[in-house]
Amino acid sequence: MKNKHNIGDNVLLSGNEAIARGAFEAGVKVASAYPGTPSTEILENLCSYAGVYAEWAPNEKVALEVALGASFAGARALATMKHVGLNVAADPLFTAAYTGVKGGLVIVTADDPEMHSSQNEQDNRNYAYAAKVPMLEPSDASEAKEFLKTAFRISEEFDTPVLVRTTTRVAHVKGMVSLDSSEVSSATLGIEKMPEKFVMLPAHARKRRVELEKRLARLREFAETFPGNRIEWADNKRGFITSGVSYLYVKEAFPEASVLKLGMAYPFADRLIKKFASQVQDLFVVEELDPFIENHVRALGLACHGKDLVPAVGELNSYAVRKSITGEVAADLFAPVPIPLRPPNLCAGCPHRGIFHAIAKLKVFVAGDIGCYTLAALKPLSSMDSCVCMGASIGTAFGMEKALGKDALGKIIAVIGDSTFMHSGITGLIDVVYNRGFSTVVILDNRTTGMTGHQPNPSTGVTLCGDEGAAIDIEALCRAIGVKHVVTIDPHQHGDAEKVLRQEIERPEPSVIITKAPCALLPEIKKKKDVQRYTVQRKKCTGCRSCLKIGCPAIEWVPLTPEEAAQMGYKKTQKGHSSINPVICIGCGQCVPLCKFDAIVASGAGNG
Amino acid sequence: MGKVTNLFLCGVGGQGILLASEVISSACRKAGYDIKQSEVHGMAQRGGSVVAHLRFGEKVYSPLIEPGGADIVLSFELLEALRYLPYMHRDTRVIVNTQKILPAPVATGMDTYPPDVIDQLTQRGISVFPLDAFAIAKAAGETRAVNMVLVGALAALLTFDENIFLEVISERMPEKIRQKNISAFLKGKEALQDLLTGSLQTQERG
Repeated sequence: MKNKHNIGDNVLLSGNEAIARGAFEAGVKVASAYPGTPSTEILENLCSYAGVYAEWAPNEKVALEVALGASFAGARALATMKHVGLNVAADPLFTAAYTGVKGGLVIVTADDPEMHSSQNEQDNRNYAYAAKVPMLEPSDASEAKEFLKTAFRISEEFDTPVLVRTTTRVAHVKGMVSLDSSEVSSATLGIEKMPEKFVMLPAHARKRRVELEKRLARLREFAETFPGNRIEWADNKRGFITSGVSYLYVKEAFPEASVLKLGMAYPFADRLIKKFASQVQDLFVVEELDPFIENHVRALGLACHGKDLVPAVGELNSYAVRKSITGEVAADLFAPVPIPLRPPNLCAGCPHRGIFHAIAKLKVFVAGDIGCYTLAALKPLSSMDSCVCMGASIGTAFGMEKALGKDALGKIIAVIGDSTFMHSGITGLIDVVYNRGFSTVVILDNRTTGMTGHQPNPSTGVTLCGDEGAAIDIEALCRAIGVKHVVTIDPHQHGDAEKVLRQEIERPEPSVIITKAPCALLPEIKKKKDVQRYTVQRKKCTGCRSCLKIGCPAIEWVPLTPEEAAQMGYKKTQKGHSSINPVICIGCGQCVPLCKFDAIVASGAGNG
Repeated sequence: MGKVTNLFLCGVGGQGILLASEVISSACRKAGYDIKQSEVHGMAQRGGSVVAHLRFGEKVYSPLIEPGGADIVLSFELLEALRYLPYMHRDTRVIVNTQKILPAPVATGMDTYPPDVIDQLTQRGISVFPLDAFAIAKAAGETRAVNMVLVGALAALLTFDENIFLEVISERMPEKIRQKNISAFLKGKEALQDLLTGSLQTQERG
């Protein structure tokens, strides 16, 4: 076992590390996930525990199905995903609520209020209500670990999948956690045929539907005495009902107030809520995003404040909570000063940069997708025109094509990463072939899942826990789908890339261009020795700024006054010159052909 | 130990802020404090602005520092110190690495790097401790140890035993780079102590 902590230790863990630990202590046997911020580290950590099978699935739907299957076989099983991942896994979730479980089944959904690294801000507590499954909501790492174990016990006792919801400020916050030994599931491993429970054809499902309501009623009773739902009595002038990380903000902002903390986000403990409401003067519901608790409190006929005061958009903090409730604004706060923004950018040597520079020249509509390469939408590349969800690039490009007919030829291109293509791009491509489209799809194959921190994926052949094996061959897969024109190119060679792109977009048949070059942050690139870096020969630089158009972080513009320009031997009208920062440059050479004056040369070949 | 100390770390993705934040948290833990350490992964790491909130004390609830709530700001890059001005107040102490990393709009000539970052802070009455952490790390023999130089500088402002930090760094760093990182830490601490003595002398003269 690689994990070096011992039972009884009090250690500093992030919420995600604590969830992994909790799953281990719960005796989880099978865990599956697709990486997604802020959930990724759960499975990465689970790998370090002995006796747990943990894997990256191609997408969240598959991950949940794998976990459900493990549960059918009597094992405790875990599926983890970011909030939007649960949209993908919603199909198995809603019917798993009907089948119930054999071994405990827990699904972690990590929401991202404030959209630190997401395309929307959905509140996944709504899934608990919609799918009729219980949901626990921890406030910090310590509670996250305990709630994982509780979730598995609830799952087996009530024969239901259980959702555990975190948010960025639970998942990525470190706090003290004490470690316990692991427990054993009440279920037994083995194959057991139970068609009335596991085969959801209408006749069976109708019976399970009734069971589902009975189960929810029993869970409502459970919620009344569940220790995770607790009242902390103090001053009764203000009473707060809250959950998740919002509880911590309330405690910080109003240490003197009474609090009803709901560790179980769904179903609700109605009697507990009514009791609390009856004993405080003013009732406030403090929660991030949707008025999920508030709507229920109001439905119980209780008067309260909630989203009339507390923002529904973005994440909260203790100041925002205090200000919204009391109206008090802190005095003497320093206003922000206008300074240059520092947006995230594609890394120096990123293989995506060159292909987007080439795409930008085509002046086409670029249907984009989710990954590092979404950053190509920003200046100066500005070469992405839509980005919706995982895998959407191909379908949306094809839809535009069908709407515009022949006029769309040569004007639209879909761009998708290798891991995203594996996730949900394949079915889009099937649609293009099946329905006689002529879409051009660029698959950016950088040999990893970059944005979430370099997880392997089916096309790399390496598993989550590091076993190397068969890789899915993207080119062969596209051919098998029926795409006749599949070409693989080196994205660092833009000239070639542009030529191939121009040729393929004009083709009245489906075509796929695979740009294959490893991510610049992969160890094989980072640890490369004797890298040939590049430099700008000052004398030759005319200040035309062509090399700045690819937005490489290593290429810097040095502005000059007319006097400085003259001193350096330039024309007085030259506004500046380019310079390559040798610390940042990794020698990809993409910038070399951009300079028409041959000013960019290998380091050592001229004055730097 | 009753009051919570709010430590705000900021800089540019790739500067080792998260590792520094972990070292400080581990030291706080060894010193017997409750801790909450908050950071953001994902999109923020691609050369963008990165922050970590670290709060320690007897009991810590919220993982986030309030606007105007930072006791100490540890800025890994010059401009970033100014970006997070709304987290500071007049008594905030700001340790800032004077190293400049050009943000994309500046690097591409669309915007200019403000020439007076430190003045803008001191004009507001904030105590600023500038140090060239890159040069200090280089002197310690490891340019990648900028983060440990800054942890050392921070240690000069905290009250707990230096040995706690040395223990944590020894545990965290692989043997190959351990000594250089410890040296970077000590040089950083010394540099800040020099600044403290300097500012004391100035006060006495004034």
